[in-house]
Amino acid sequence: MELKGKRVIILGERDGIQGPAIAACIKSAGAEPLLVQTQCFV
Amino acid sequence: MIVILGAPDADSAELYAETVMHGDPTWAGPLAGVALGLPVYHIIEPGIKAQIDPACYEEHLKLMEIALDVDKISQTLTKLRGDQ
Repeated sequence: MELKGKRVIILGERDGIQGPAIAACIKSAGAEPLLVQTQCFV
Repeated sequence: MIVILGAPDADSAELYAETVMHGDPTWAGPLAGVALGLPVYHIIEPGIKAQIDPACYEEHLKLMEIALDVDKISQTLTKLRGDQ
C-alpha cells in the first residue's frame, strides 16, 4: 500500500508508538496526517 | 483515507482495526454497528516501514520495534484486511 498522497488517521498509544512519532514518519513518506491521537489506558 | 496504528500488541491492534473497519465489536462506543470500512495498517508493518525515511524511522520507531512483536501484529492485521 502506497503511503504517498494518502490522508491518514493516526491512532497512537502511550504504551506503544505515540501519535506524533507516527505523524513524523508518515510525513516523511509523503502522506498527510488528518487526525493525530495518542490513547492512554493507565 | 487510511488508518495507521501505534498499538503495543496484536490484541489491541485487532480491536482498533475491527472498530474502524467493521464497527465497535464491544458495542460500547459511538462506532457500534457502524462499519467505516477504512484500511488499517500498523506503523511497524514491513510494507509501511519500507516507505518511511530511514533517519526518521531510526529516531522515532527503531527502539519500539525491538520491544513489539512485529510478526504477530503484522499477521493479525494482514488477516483482518484479507491480504495475501
